[in-house]
Formats: sequence, C-alpha cells, structure tokens
Amino acid sequence: MFPASFDFFKASSVADAVSILSREDDAKLLAGGHSLLPLMKLRLASPAVLVDISALEELAFVEDKGDYVAVGALTRHHDVANSELLKSAVPILPFVASKVGDPSVRHRGTIGGSIAHGDGASDLPAAILALDSDLVAVGPDGERVIQAKDFFLGFLETALRPNEILTEIRVPKFSGGWSYQKFNRRAQDWAIVGVAAVHNGSTKISLVNMASTPIRASAVEAALADGASVEVASGVASEGLEPPSDLNASADYRRHLAQVLVKRALTEALG
Amino acid sequence: MQITTIVNGRSYTKDVEPRTLLVQYIRDVLGLTGTNVGCDTSSCGACTVLLNGESVKSCTVLAVQVNGQELTTIEGMATDSGLHPIQKAFQENHGLQCGYCTPGMVMAAASFLNENPNPTEREVREALEGNLCRCTGYHNIIKSVLAAANAMEGAM
Repeated sequence: MFPASFDFFKASSVADAVSILSREDDAKLLAGGHSLLPLMKLRLASPAVLVDISALEELAFVEDKGDYVAVGALTRHHDVANSELLKSAVPILPFVASKVGDPSVRHRGTIGGSIAHGDGASDLPAAILALDSDLVAVGPDGERVIQAKDFFLGFLETALRPNEILTEIRVPKFSGGWSYQKFNRRAQDWAIVGVAAVHNGSTKISLVNMASTPIRASAVEAALADGASVEVASGVASEGLEPPSDLNASADYRRHLAQVLVKRALTEALG
Repeated sequence: MQITTIVNGRSYTKDVEPRTLLVQYIRDVLGLTGTNVGCDTSSCGACTVLLNGESVKSCTVLAVQVNGQELTTIEGMATDSGLHPIQKAFQENHGLQCGYCTPGMVMAAASFLNENPNPTEREVREALEGNLCRCTGYHNIIKSVLAAANAMEGAM
C-alpha cells in the first residue's frame, strides 16, 4: 500500500516547523510515523504536505523540573519506558509506554505523536489524562500550556491548532499507588478497554477505548470521593459513556469490561 | 528527492519519491529482497530491519526519513566466515518452517539480544511479540533465540 503523493519538508527547528505549518495548506507533522503513516497507507488521511520533525533532537528529553518531569514530545516510547527518572518519579508512565505496540513500534513511535494523534484507543493519552499533565504547544505567537483535560476534543481531534506543534508534556510527580490495566486479545494489539488509575490523596481514573476520546471515569471518581467501596465505585465505571462497537467488542461488552478492569485497577492502586 | 543511506556497510545514493516506504526502497530500489512484506500494516514484523542498530518495521517508515542513517537487513548478517550466530541457531534448532517470517524474526532478535544479551525465555517471548509466524512455529523460534544468546555470550 502506498500513501498518496505529498510534498516533503524536513524541519530544521521547532520555529522552522511552525513556519512551514503556517505557510503550507493541509500540512501534517511527521515524527515516528506510527499513527500517521498507517492512516495514509489506507488513504484515510492524505495530507498535501508532510513536515518531518523526527530529527529535532531538542524535543527528545526527560528532565527533572522539581514538581514535575518534562518529557519532550519526540521522546520515543522505548525511551519513556526505560527512563530511570520516570520510573522513580512517575512509574505509571514508563509502564504504560512499555505496553504500546511492540518493541519495534516503540523504537519509532513518540509520546508526542501518540498524544497529538489523540486516539481514544491509545494507551498514553489516557495515562496523561489520569496524571493531570500539562501539554506545551508552540505556534506562531509563541508557547501556550493546555491542560490534558482540555486537550482531547473529539475523535482524533485535539486542541492543537493546525500551525501548532506539541513540544513538551509536563507530568506531575506522585508517590501513591497506581495501576494500568490493558485488556486485549493479542499481545501487541490496541486495548479493547484500558484503565489508568493514579492514587495520590484523591484517586483519578481514565479509560481507554470507552469513548471517542480518552476519558475520565468521573462517576467512579465521584463515588470514591463520597466514600464508596471499590466494589460499589467500579460498578458505575461506564455510567454516562457511549463506548464504540467494533470487530473486537460490542459496546455492552466494553461496559462490562470497564467495570471489571476499574475494579482490578482500584484494587491494585489503593491496595 | 535524493537520499544517501549506509546499508549493510555500503553507501547508496538514490532518488526516491517522498512517499516511498523504507521496505520498498530496500526491496525495489536496492534490490535486497531478503526483507519480506507481510501484513503491510506494522503488525506482523516480516519487514523488520535494523535502523541505527534498532529494530523497526520498514513498512511504516518513509525512505526519506532515514536519509544519512545506517540500516542492516538480513543480507548484512552473514559474513565471509559464515552465518551470523542467530542465523546458525535458527538453522540448528529448526527455528523456521516456511521461512517467510524468518528474516524479520532474526532482525528483531538481533536488536533484542544487543539490548539484553542474557534473556530469560519469558523476555524472549515478549521481545518477539511484534513478529508473527503463521506456521505457528514459535516454540523453536524461542529456542533458537535462547541458543543464539548462549552462543553469542560464549563468543564474547
């Protein structure tokens, strides 16, 4: 399968990438390519212009910033999964990164690419959402910070503007319990349903593949805040949600899975 | 667009369309047909090659993205003195049936053993999760990779 033809630019810096995005119509950023290229090969996406940012080494970093860890958008899943700093400061994040695809996919795919793609079935966007991370975007007017809860707007739609580039993910450190439950049939597949839970005073839970975007399990969070047991709280895991039906699972099966997996996640995170 | 790559130690400068996939560049432009196309959707791993020493699925990388970088394909594994220890281990342990997945399996194993020279069986299984064998000959593939790890440790 071939992608449709496009014009190709290699960006020499973040500013260069922003200026190409601002100048060209219908341009998309290309990093590891493991979300975009499959869509282009299936002709579900046919951008006129690709701006290759994969060589921008200034965007591949993991840095200790005191209260939070700054992760450069071009940090590959492999490097997130193996970061000693993240393993000690935000252990759920490297664990989730190690569950994305398979080793060869993790050698190419980047955390920024995964988040900017905004797929409700992806692992990392849900983790970022449960962690209340801040996302840094750079555009023609400079930098702005978007909270994860305001980032995922709809099916493959994010708050990023067409001429903005996601540069950094700021992940708050935490010392409490956590869990990531990924249910799939084959090791390298997407989650049929996934659950990320972080317990740090309050408990935050987000769900994978239970909506068109990654989504917080607000009903469960509210129940726990009111003192409900794990048993009772996990029972409302799919309340108010419209999960997708596809070849892997019906919406009803996903609702059932969400309850089972939230219970497992809470048992692990709060235990 | 003109790109230069070092493939199996040899430098090539070629003109490619930006939409050319790395696997097409390797097979159709360079004529190195040892790398196979399986699913063409980054699931099966038949097209696995090493990019700067690390395994990647060459059906999901653009050739223009690897300009100036180093690739190793299955053709680059054996030397004049014989098969690479991983290839030898696949041969000795009957680590293949039809052989279609084998180049990808060998390259994925090479990347993994470079990172983890002394793996457990469980680690080998997890390392090869992105490489499918439709003959379902996984048992001997795992055995082959463990044997290769032993042989390569011994050689060092």
